[in-house]
Amino acid sequence: MNDRAVTVVRAGALTTVQDLGRPGYAHLGVPRSGALDPAAARLANRLVGNDEGAALLETTVNGCALRPRSAVTVAVGGAPCAVRADGRPLPWGTAARVPAGALLEVGPAVRGLRAYVAIGGGIAVDPVLGSRSTDLLSGLGPAPLADGAVLPLGAAAAARGSVDAPPWPGPPDELVLRVRLGPRDDWFTGGALRALTTRAYLVSPASNRIGLRLDGPALRRARPGELPSEGMVLGAVQVPPDGRPVVFLADHPTTGGYPVVAVVREADLGAAAQAVPGTPVRFVTAP
Amino acid sequence: MGERALLVELADGAAAEAFHAELLRRRAAGALPGVREIVPAARTVLLDGVPEPARLAAELPGWEPGPRHARVGGVVEVPVRYDGPDLAEVAARWGVSPAEAVRIHSSAEFRVAFCGFAPGFGYLTGLGARYEVPRRATPRTAVPAGAVALAGPYTGVYPRSSPGGWQLIGTTDAVLWDTAREPAALLSPGTRVRFTPAAAPSAGTGAGR
Repeated sequence: MNDRAVTVVRAGALTTVQDLGRPGYAHLGVPRSGALDPAAARLANRLVGNDEGAALLETTVNGCALRPRSAVTVAVGGAPCAVRADGRPLPWGTAARVPAGALLEVGPAVRGLRAYVAIGGGIAVDPVLGSRSTDLLSGLGPAPLADGAVLPLGAAAAARGSVDAPPWPGPPDELVLRVRLGPRDDWFTGGALRALTTRAYLVSPASNRIGLRLDGPALRRARPGELPSEGMVLGAVQVPPDGRPVVFLADHPTTGGYPVVAVVREADLGAAAQAVPGTPVRFVTAP
Repeated sequence: MGERALLVELADGAAAEAFHAELLRRRAAGALPGVREIVPAARTVLLDGVPEPARLAAELPGWEPGPRHARVGGVVEVPVRYDGPDLAEVAARWGVSPAEAVRIHSSAEFRVAFCGFAPGFGYLTGLGARYEVPRRATPRTAVPAGAVALAGPYTGVYPRSSPGGWQLIGTTDAVLWDTAREPAALLSPGTRVRFTPAAAPSAGTGAGR
């Protein structure tokens, strides 16, 4: 392998390669996948001069450490965290140069959950169905990072992208998710619908890339029985038999048999992906 | 459904199949710009990435069903060794011998109604209503890749090893899902399928993987 590569020194709790996913294959049972906080991923890519859809790294909770074989341009965004090269502090949220062989350390998230590490040229693993994203539901794409793994890089753009004063919205203290009710709100009691839109929920530690799981009032069904399998969308609020809603994120299954009481606006899902366990969640209906 | 999706509910599976075929015909003709996903299921078809869902929803009742054009593409033949651990139980539920159950299953023509559960896993219809079987009370923790299985009105083939609660009636060496192949999925919605009885492989042969 040539020197356009990085070695994974510390993979972290869960670090995956992500881009903007592989939409268009849901009819074959293939999840969309892709970065959970796409706005942060796009911005980090722009900062290093990459195409917005270039593959980068999505860390979870405690960052990662990498050693590039050649000098690279790096930007870390998403969840705020300390960034260092051979122990020296680097700025977070802007592009910085990391020399060949230096240890790039992306520290634990100070707030939020998921940091995005964009490297000039992008991560150049082989795409699967047009995407380099790791899909944890169906196992498509590269495996999550492991210590010692080597990731190839693409050719870096000659000129860095121009980004001035990029906005980095901080992770929320309270997650407000705008929803539109349906398609199966008629499967629930009026009390359940009131509970959904007036009571407080908390982000459960069981959340993952497939769904944001919530603790809080169980939503009671108005009718028994099973729903024949139907197509699911990103942001669907699915209610399994225990009544606790699950908000579908990028690696969600493409069909399912539990009723969807409402769908969250796609623009609100990036914040959902940064909400740490225990964060209060409120659903509000929006047209 | 949400901001940019429509979930269209049809009367039954056959109506969903016809509506799905009509959607694909219109999309091929360029009439559904922007629509990213068309996902058929048991009794519904989901359209995602619809620029103006309310407008499309208002148009749908006025759609004239297209001509029932001859289906392009042939029948995919899936060779099966009918050696599944649940074959005897399925035959008993049907009130026939295992040999007769094999004859019934291998003489039907199936159609992929929809996919889901895992990439390349199709839900195939084609057996009469009297041949529906329940899922196993206790799912298996590992069903091998290539297992041919029944649940409810559906036949399915596991593309890879996974947990599963379907009744296993046989095994195939056909590769259901291979991302290095174009197309990756052997079975996609609308594909017609026949299961053909295959002899058990003699020692030392069998499909290479």
